[in-house]
Amino acid sequence: MRTSHRESLAAWAFAAPALIVIALFFGVPVFAGLALSLTDFDIYALADIGNLRWQGWNNYVHVLSLPLFWQALGNTAYFVVLGVPLSIALSLAAAVLLQSKLVRFKPLLRTALFAPVVTTLVAVAVIWRYLFHVKYGLVNYTLQHFGVDPIDWLGDPHWSMPTIIGFAAWKNFGGNMIIFIAALQAVPHDLYEAARLDGARSWAQFRHITVPNIAPTLLMVAILTTAGYFQLFAEPYVMTQGGPLQSTVSVLYLMYDEGFKWWNLGLASAVAFVLFVIIVAVSKGLIVLQRRLTGEGA
Amino acid sequence: MRRRSLLTVAGAAALSGCARDSGTTSLRFWAMGREAEVAAELIAGFEREHPNVRVKVEKLPWTAAHEKLLTAFAGDASPDLAQVGNTWLPEMQALGALEPLQPWIDRTPMLQAADYFTGIWATNAPGGQRVGLPWYVDTRLLFVRQDLLAKAGIAQIPQDWVTWRTALAKLREHGMATPLLLPTNEFEPLLALALQQPSEVLREGGRFGNFASDDFRRALGFYAERLQLGDAPGLTNNQVANVWQEFGRGTFAFYISGPWNIGEFKRRLPTELNNAWTTAELPGPTGLGASIAGGASLAMFKRSRHKPEAWALISYLSRPDVQQMFYRLTGDLPPRRSVWAMPLEGGGTLAEDRHAAAFFRQFERVRPTPAVPEWERIANEMQLAAARVVGGRDSIDVAVRALDARVDGILEKRRWMLDKS
Repeated sequence: MRTSHRESLAAWAFAAPALIVIALFFGVPVFAGLALSLTDFDIYALADIGNLRWQGWNNYVHVLSLPLFWQALGNTAYFVVLGVPLSIALSLAAAVLLQSKLVRFKPLLRTALFAPVVTTLVAVAVIWRYLFHVKYGLVNYTLQHFGVDPIDWLGDPHWSMPTIIGFAAWKNFGGNMIIFIAALQAVPHDLYEAARLDGARSWAQFRHITVPNIAPTLLMVAILTTAGYFQLFAEPYVMTQGGPLQSTVSVLYLMYDEGFKWWNLGLASAVAFVLFVIIVAVSKGLIVLQRRLTGEGA
Repeated sequence: MRRRSLLTVAGAAALSGCARDSGTTSLRFWAMGREAEVAAELIAGFEREHPNVRVKVEKLPWTAAHEKLLTAFAGDASPDLAQVGNTWLPEMQALGALEPLQPWIDRTPMLQAADYFTGIWATNAPGGQRVGLPWYVDTRLLFVRQDLLAKAGIAQIPQDWVTWRTALAKLREHGMATPLLLPTNEFEPLLALALQQPSEVLREGGRFGNFASDDFRRALGFYAERLQLGDAPGLTNNQVANVWQEFGRGTFAFYISGPWNIGEFKRRLPTELNNAWTTAELPGPTGLGASIAGGASLAMFKRSRHKPEAWALISYLSRPDVQQMFYRLTGDLPPRRSVWAMPLEGGGTLAEDRHAAAFFRQFERVRPTPAVPEWERIANEMQLAAARVVGGRDSIDVAVRALDARVDGILEKRRWMLDKS
């Protein structure tokens, strides 16, 4: 009894530095943010803390009643629903391609495909803005050769989000590709041999051997990518500033605008917590979905 | 633990670096864009006159300046003095970040309020407290291709909305598809039209929006009509790839823009067009109209520990000869009438200059924007509402009512603050 007590004390002592750091640099800011989200902290309060008013849940009610919030949520959902599958499909395709025996210069290709991940977003976004410029962009120039009228990629509210999705997918697929390559290398070769003996074509092999074997990786990548894509910010910030007609305002962009452009830190914190709840709910949903799918499969 | 003590040492070193006083004072001056580049040249003269003061100009991009100023105040890292956009002054004043300048101005006989354009002077005193000194001024008016007007049989540059409408229709009849360029991503053109109306944009001392008023409806109606009739293309500034080239080609005959474009047009238009274009005051509902009192001011921060030196720099930059040099370097127009009357190198005065003269007359007829800290955001909302009308998503009636509701919401805290005191 006594020794176990002493042991647990020792364990706490060893864990204490890490716990203190987490409490100090994670716990305190999160609770401060939560407290902030229940007030109307703004420039008046910054000038004199006496101008701070307790809002309770009003901020949350206000956020949920903002048309712009729902538009931002819609834009973000659009980005996630289209962007996540596209990004995962791209990375999986690239990974399978790099595993294939038909491809040469693998290390070079791997580096080239991974390059967008490690380049600076702002620098690349500037180049993309040139590529997609309505008059001088290479994309419209190429399309014109096929008789397609120029499209205002970043200035037309219908095209701005698809362009941003394309940019994000291109920028991010390399990271997931590396994870998929690692997962693919772990799939036993004899499974493919057996399948080939049974006469399975490459698509059947992919469908019935590759996908089931990398399913856990696929789920993890899906969760990470979804959580990441919900936090869409830098791409619209650099490329469109939320425009045109607020078609690329994401939830995080709304938070930034409220917080740092208009200095309504209380409301901005409320937006942040709403986004947090959404991300948790969606991630949980994905895990439940995966459990149900694998449960049925077994 | 060791890391922390290292940090403290570094912090102490940084602090002592600021405080170390070997007879010279170091001033931090925040400026934006082109003004920041030029400030260095102006400051050489100041440092010669004040050998014991060194000025460090820190350059901010315009797009981030507003946030930086606010964050600097929140983080207790504000500079000694800064260039502040006129419309930001109420916000900085509400924060209590700025030093009231009236006592300093009273001690400087060189600075006479009467010498400044009245509308501009008024923008620098939000809530009756003067916190900024105008550095350069800015407004919006018409850039006109006179030759194209003459070709279409329009003898005179329009001076009111009625003749302007007719002129635009005539130009379209003569084959010009969109005779007016009205950038849709800026709120300034619409705001200028709104300021031409007799009533205020915000009512009851900035407590409520006044957008559902007949006056604003008239301004928005005129604005939306231009875009819906096809007088103006529904394009943003960025979408017109090369405004100067298109203006030179005669794609449009009117362009609502500001003083910076005088220099750009002079530089970029072919020489044979030198006498083909000019600037003109903004037409109003009945006769020549008002426009926006824009520009930037110099402001001193309350937390500055070198206020006398900072004030010396502000008054140096406001001196007529320095102001004229500033104009020569940037093309920024001076806020003091005396500078407009000073002889220029090439002969004549600025007020007589072919392209600047209309600005001089317009500055006598500018109206300040409402001096509320929330203004920037309200202007943004106004532009979004206008875009919805132009895009056909809302009728004017729905748009102005929704806008008033939004603006009243934004001003809620301000009303509470005003009622409390």
